[in-house]
Amino acid sequence: MSPSLDSYVLLSAALFAIGFLGVLVRRNTLVIYMCLELMLVASTLALVAFSRFNGTEAGDVFVFFILTVAAAEVAVGLAIIVALFRARQTVQVDELDLLKK
Amino acid sequence: MEQIAFASIAAFTLACALGVVLAKNTVNGAMCLLLCLAGVAGLFIQLHAYLLAFLLVLVYAGAVVALFLFIIMLLGAHGGQPWRFRAFQAFAGVVAAALLITGLDMISLRGKTDAGPPVAGAGVGSSLKLYADQLFTTYLLPVEVMGFLLLVAMLGVIVLSRRPTEGEATE
Repeated sequence: MSPSLDSYVLLSAALFAIGFLGVLVRRNTLVIYMCLELMLVASTLALVAFSRFNGTEAGDVFVFFILTVAAAEVAVGLAIIVALFRARQTVQVDELDLLKK
Repeated sequence: MEQIAFASIAAFTLACALGVVLAKNTVNGAMCLLLCLAGVAGLFIQLHAYLLAFLLVLVYAGAVVALFLFIIMLLGAHGGQPWRFRAFQAFAGVVAAALLITGLDMISLRGKTDAGPPVAGAGVGSSLKLYADQLFTTYLLPVEVMGFLLLVAMLGVIVLSRRPTEGEATE
């Protein structure tokens, strides 16, 4: 017996929730970014599962676009983090509080 | 048999995902992310999306995690920044995660996602030929837009990572 669609969707929700938890709890910008990637991957898992169980191709194709956007996003985001580190010498979000002052 | 494989891969993936969140050392976190992606690729294979599993490993594990590791090394942020526990943030995170899972649980309990057994036959994600056929007919415009997006991202990264030259005013 193969696992049902529900189990895949629940697993993807759990992965998404863990990523979300990481974004809220961690203070290091790089770790927050990795958790964002985790959330993207969780959504692709749900898309592939829906696509497989409903016999449509849209989900599978959409995953390709998510992968492309994620790659572009990581490149730009990490460049921003490096620029931020050059300006402030830190990647901890607690210490990036110029607007708070 | 398939159920056992699914359960073990799912447990492995969730454990590695937790490792990303909980790892003190950022390099260990990136390694956990790599293993987590390998687990998701395994799940893709179980869903008969072989091509997507390959692409996931190639793009995410090959490029994204490698880029993360480069930046971690470059910034020297791997030196075990102890992660300070904050009651409010942790509480908010746990509540939000629990709400998300409970909500989806309710939907699946009411049978709204019940689609029956998987459709017989290989899906589009299983072979390059079927996939490319879809990409270059039905989804041609999105493919072009993605190409443009990648170009813009590349230019953006070049501009962002450039050091200001002597003549320019430094902020």
